Amino acid sequence: MTKPENEWTWKELTVGNVILEPGNASQYRTGDWKTLMPVLDKDLCIHCGLCYIYCPDMAYNLDADGFFIADLFYCKGCGICAKECPTGAIKMVVEQEE
Amino acid sequence: MITTENLNVFAVRTLTQKEHMAPGHRACQGCAEVLAVRLVLKAIGRNVIMCSATGCMEIISSPLPFTAWRVPWFHVAFENTAAVASGVESALKVLMRKGKIPRKKIVTLAQAGDGGTADIGMQALSGALERGHNMIYVCTDNEAYMNTGIQRSSSTPFGASTTTSPVGKAQMGQITWKKNMAAIAAAHNIPYVATACPSYPIDLIEKVKKAAAVEGPSYIHILSVCPTGWRSLPELSIKLGRLAVETGVFPLYEVENGRYHMSLDFPELRPLKEYTKWQGRFRHLTDDKLAEIEKRLHEEYKHLKARAETGI
Amino acid sequence: MGKRVGMEVSIAAAEAVRQSKVDVISAYPITPQTHVVEHLSEIVANGEMDAEFFCVESEHSALSVCVGSEATGARSFTCTSSQGLALMSEITYIVPPLRLPILMILSNRTLSAPLSIWNDHSDVMSIRDCGWIQYFCENGQEVYDHVFIGYRLGEDRDVLLPVIVNMDGFTLSHVIEPIELIDQEKIDKFLPPYAPIYTLHPDRPVTMGAFALPSIFAEAKKAQEVVIRSSIPKILEVWKAFGDMTGRYYQPIETYKAEDAETLLLTMGSFGETASVAVDTMREKGKPVGLVKIRLWRPFPFDAFKEATRRAKRIVVIDRAVSVGGPGGPVASEVKSAVYGEESRPMIYDFVAGISGRDVSPSDFIKMVEKAEIEINEGNKEGYEIYGVRE
Repeated sequence: MTKPENEWTWKELTVGNVILEPGNASQYRTGDWKTLMPVLDKDLCIHCGLCYIYCPDMAYNLDADGFFIADLFYCKGCGICAKECPTGAIKMVVEQEE
Repeated sequence: MITTENLNVFAVRTLTQKEHMAPGHRACQGCAEVLAVRLVLKAIGRNVIMCSATGCMEIISSPLPFTAWRVPWFHVAFENTAAVASGVESALKVLMRKGKIPRKKIVTLAQAGDGGTADIGMQALSGALERGHNMIYVCTDNEAYMNTGIQRSSSTPFGASTTTSPVGKAQMGQITWKKNMAAIAAAHNIPYVATACPSYPIDLIEKVKKAAAVEGPSYIHILSVCPTGWRSLPELSIKLGRLAVETGVFPLYEVENGRYHMSLDFPELRPLKEYTKWQGRFRHLTDDKLAEIEKRLHEEYKHLKARAETGI
Repeated sequence: MGKRVGMEVSIAAAEAVRQSKVDVISAYPITPQTHVVEHLSEIVANGEMDAEFFCVESEHSALSVCVGSEATGARSFTCTSSQGLALMSEITYIVPPLRLPILMILSNRTLSAPLSIWNDHSDVMSIRDCGWIQYFCENGQEVYDHVFIGYRLGEDRDVLLPVIVNMDGFTLSHVIEPIELIDQEKIDKFLPPYAPIYTLHPDRPVTMGAFALPSIFAEAKKAQEVVIRSSIPKILEVWKAFGDMTGRYYQPIETYKAEDAETLLLTMGSFGETASVAVDTMREKGKPVGLVKIRLWRPFPFDAFKEATRRAKRIVVIDRAVSVGGPGGPVASEVKSAVYGEESRPMIYDFVAGISGRDVSPSDFIKMVEKAEIEINEGNKEGYEIYGVRE
């Protein structure tokens, strides 16, 4: 876990302020940004993968059954997947409060 | 809704699942620029060294101590991406030649926005293309200086409203025509130039793969829909990219060793209004103004097609 | 003892770059740097040196290419003057925090306007705060030597900072001087291959050049300050190793007949040699004058400076640049700061001399010392003037 920038001392900084852990941005919960979230109707899904390829936030992952499922930790609710889904299997709904 | 518009890319499932850029980056909702970069990296793979200009992609991905990059990535300044990439490419060349690092195919990728390419980065780009470095230069064009607050660039389309080409009583939006960067790159006699759009992901990926295989400089100009700057709905970013191509605003083509090929052609271009009506930056344009713009767009499209037909 | 030849200093500098087995050379032509780069392009074209050589499209790109290549692990070199330095100055501030040990030879030339190709220090003074380690050379031998010293010091893993070697344009760059060349086997032992800590390579993906929020930037700046200040012991160590190899031992501050001097002349760069002739003349007449030469400009060697000057009553600083509208020339300002906290401080008189290559002879130095002494005795508190201006 990389600690947030306001907790670093000057001695802890790396040489050249190089960031050594590739992709550690994945600690950041961009899913907090969304108002709408995608919901998949598996009966309509044709496994085309368009939702996955068009997601600017790399939020879609292939599950064991071959469905692309949105990771709500990252999903910003932009709605591209729902818009581009050729069968209308994805709908954007207001995010449920947990 | 099933439409024929988006049935032509079913093969996306076969693309690599590897992501060379991590989620958790801070791009706006619906940002097609970061999608473009994601697809470019998918096309190249992990053996890449990427140099970025100051701009949206740099800011959303690298707030110390976090990085969204899973590949080696370097940011220096705004206008010198092509020069930095030239340095990276030369170092790889000489270090491999001297046996200091093992010989391996490593692609040098330079990425900058329209500001960092067509305006402040023009000098460095021209120099790098002229010197013939073996690298891919990708311009992710969101048609304004979006990172600093939507100011106009030479890549802003005619008539578009930006914070420095606003709509007022004396002037209505951008008063100059969009600079043709692909033509400028092609004029440097480099082996490969292409235009691409993430709304056509397979086309984009294939073009990047071609560029990576080419010896010498390649230039790829990628239209990057920006909902924040274009004042459009985030969910429309893919559709707008498609409409840009279908209305002739952003034709998809390649220039291989000076020969033009259209990647996609239409028997008839869609009316311009179908593209502009979704974008707040164009909402002040009257039908007359749109007709004027459309006329010129169609002329340029015809000219481009003619070049593709004769091959030069 | 290496081979001693008469060689134009620019050529000697280029030969030093060749002997340092530099990997990437990227430069843009500007008088009076051109001979260095021309000679380098010749030896690369002749196959005498295996390097990537580029004459790029601007100085800004020249340094940017070096940044890219150094970050990928290649020893890189660039060379410029005046307007070229001003153009690449954006990047000069970026290099030290990235910890990339690029070496740059500056063929010092005045900054426009008016345009002038001749020598003074206004170019290097404009980037005082950029964070590079900066040496000033007095003669051709020193220029040749400091290429090796600069690379060895800069690339040391405890330092990892870029280095500027200043040589006066025309006055040094275009004159033929006796240079004692060093055998390649000795250089190879003194200067090992560049072994950076981090490089850009897919086998270990790193992110370089991230941006910093206000909450972390101050820490980054502090780290940068600490690194350059704590490099002084390493600077002395490398000079000692060089001296052991060649018999030429360099110091951050060098003195000439200064031990019992009441008045000290202070110079940087090639003026040192001329000033020493003036010191000899004044000594013959019984004046207790000495000479202090600053060789290490950044990091400023406070301790060595105070030690060299504490016995003097007056320091006549010879500046080669004007801080327009400011408290005198840059060197005098820094010298005054250096001694500000001392119990007993010498009086400091500041002459800006040799602007844009105007000749300064030993008799000029004598006149300056005499004038300074008169002015100080008469209680002139300002103590600053541009020498030799026709009224």
